Amino acid sequence: MRRNRYVPAIVVAALLLGVLPRLAQAEDGAAVTAKSNSTADHSTFEILKKPFASGPEVTAACLTCHTEAAKQVQNSIHWTWDYINPATGQELGKAHVINAFCGNVASNEPRCTSCHAGYGWESMADGPPKEQSAVDCLVCHDRSGNYAKLDNAAGHPPLSPVRDGAKTITGAAAKPVDLNLAAQSVGMPARENCGQCHFYGGGGDNVKHGDLSSVLYDPDRSVDVHMSKDGANLVCSDCHVTNHHEWAGSRYNVAAHDTAGLGRPGERRDVATCESCHGTEPHEAVSLIGMKLNDHIDKVACQTCHIPEFARGGVATKTVWDWSTAGKLKDGKPYGEDDFVQSDGKHLHTYLSTKGDFEWGEDVVPFYAWFDGQVEYTTGDQTIDPTEVVDINRISGSAGDGKSRIWPFKRMEGRQAYDSQLNKLVYNHVYGPETDTAFWSNFDWSKSIQAAMDYVGEPYSGEFDFVDTHMYWPITHMVAPKEGALDCEACHAKDGRLADLAGFYMPGRDPGGPVDKIGLAILIAALAGVAGHGLLRIVMRRGGQA
Amino acid sequence: MTERLVKVYPAFERFWHWSQVLLILVLLFTGLGLHGLHGLLPFGPAVMLHTVAALALVVLWIFAIFWHLTTGTWRHYVPTTQGLFKVARFYAFDIFKGAHHPYRKAYWRKHNPLQALTYLALKLFLFPAIWVTGIAYLTYNFWEHQPNASLIFEIVANLHVLVAYLIATFVIVHVYLLTAGHSFVEHVKPMITGFDTVDLTPEEEAYLAADEPRRLKR
Repeated sequence: MRRNRYVPAIVVAALLLGVLPRLAQAEDGAAVTAKSNSTADHSTFEILKKPFASGPEVTAACLTCHTEAAKQVQNSIHWTWDYINPATGQELGKAHVINAFCGNVASNEPRCTSCHAGYGWESMADGPPKEQSAVDCLVCHDRSGNYAKLDNAAGHPPLSPVRDGAKTITGAAAKPVDLNLAAQSVGMPARENCGQCHFYGGGGDNVKHGDLSSVLYDPDRSVDVHMSKDGANLVCSDCHVTNHHEWAGSRYNVAAHDTAGLGRPGERRDVATCESCHGTEPHEAVSLIGMKLNDHIDKVACQTCHIPEFARGGVATKTVWDWSTAGKLKDGKPYGEDDFVQSDGKHLHTYLSTKGDFEWGEDVVPFYAWFDGQVEYTTGDQTIDPTEVVDINRISGSAGDGKSRIWPFKRMEGRQAYDSQLNKLVYNHVYGPETDTAFWSNFDWSKSIQAAMDYVGEPYSGEFDFVDTHMYWPITHMVAPKEGALDCEACHAKDGRLADLAGFYMPGRDPGGPVDKIGLAILIAALAGVAGHGLLRIVMRRGGQA
Repeated sequence: MTERLVKVYPAFERFWHWSQVLLILVLLFTGLGLHGLHGLLPFGPAVMLHTVAALALVVLWIFAIFWHLTTGTWRHYVPTTQGLFKVARFYAFDIFKGAHHPYRKAYWRKHNPLQALTYLALKLFLFPAIWVTGIAYLTYNFWEHQPNASLIFEIVANLHVLVAYLIATFVIVHVYLLTAGHSFVEHVKPMITGFDTVDLTPEEEAYLAADEPRRLKR
């Protein structure tokens, strides 16, 4: 009987324990479905109910109320694709740089500018359209999910009737967009808005960045603790905060070490760094292990430990792109091979006549380097040394400069065309179904390069070859939950991830130096002395007794 | 002169010695691992164990210093040349001939001159060196913004490792010398029981019997 006295209490406790997590879940769930903070219901606006024949007509309607929006967008890098690096003076941006993927925008506009936040940018040389109605409001603000951009129409959406076989910028089959539905649904950008361009850079899902893929639409907590519904459930613009339609976070001029940290009260509007939310001493400062981890933050970027691999969650990233093999034909026709099998069973191309050979990777271990945030690009006007691997973008930083930290990168390996007389990277004209020079329709490098060089007005000797290249992409997304962070010995070991980073002392990695040699010599001398002394005692005693 | 079993190592001294043994062995083992010379422990737990053991040792040292100063035991470590040469010659030559150890332990001077000198050097140089470099290492957070912090860190870490090698060398020689003179067991036993065989003059014996009777074993 006495034993049974506790039974009701145990049952109650068990019920409470069972219920409490549910309650917590219910609270989380409420946060997930947070409603818009907007004070306007755009579906009630008369101007958005009139028939629209094109994207620019929608924009014109938006601008009747949002009078400054287009001017703001037209000042942002999303629009200009132009960025003067304040530190190096280099003119960068998509309009200018050569990358290790499709190469260059110039001469391939209607294809490349399909991801421009506007309508009708047909020529890099002329700059983006001047008229305000050319700004594409819907690509970022459509919340109906039905808006899309064609992959070859300089930013215009598919409208009825849609050409057979037309595709959107994500590679999906194009369906006619209901512009009224889109216009009446507008709200703050969600991950679907940003993702349709940024997840598909380089011509496909996760091809370019490695840490930005369609997985982030609904990632598992283990893949991205910030964006997962079971994690913080953040969208891109929660970190990439805006000010007058300009976003925090730059790959050209990286805030590689944020020493300011939190910006309370309110929020900082200038950076998208980890520190801007987590502070400059993010690990628990009152615990011994937390203090030790905080020791690292002056030299190690948060991303280095907290993003153990990139291209996680089931979508691979392109790791090697060899243009030099492009152009092979079978029976006079272009062909492809699909020999990479992604973890979800999907086959990805490993050769295309249009693009050459590829390699892919999932769960890729990053390349690590000291990084002070500055990146210098090998632009078309720079002379290269074709006997060495050419860095398409050089990462600046060193162990001893007092400001660099160790950062993770995706190191893209390329093999791309250059002018073998002038030793400069060349532009090439790949897209142009109507031209007789575009590589993707004619498979002739000479014509393609000549056409692109003529287009941009740069000197070209007429002779080309291919050179190995590296391009570095800072890895900063796909942050794992803390239990998924790297263990100490991932780096603190002789063959660890930082084995190749020279110029600094790291415990666990660097035994065998002069101090070890001296120390071991003393230790061995002591051992030998002791052994010799002992042996001599034994021998002498025996000798004495004999 | 009578040979008596006299308590030469009081309880605290034995506690201090054996906890120090344990902590130094833990520190050497984890330290070698952290330095990259073995991988028997995961790095993170090894850091924690090393740090906790080091802090415990620092606390122990603080108590031990206090104990030495307040009890006057520090006098055992005052260096002397008296008999030093004889002891050195014993270890270098006479031991091989089966000679007896020249030093006769006194209850107020329990170490032979060479031993006392070695322990004094250990306490004045090696222990403070490992302590200072270790604390500098541990508190890197507080000086990481100094110019040349990386270089200083590298020097501190290397000094720490070098001193650790020297302390390991001491441990080897210390343990070996337990076999010299008397047997290993005879040497270790006093540090466990506290009692060792000591020559006492009649005056010393009378004093101990009258004033510190518990130090004499019947």
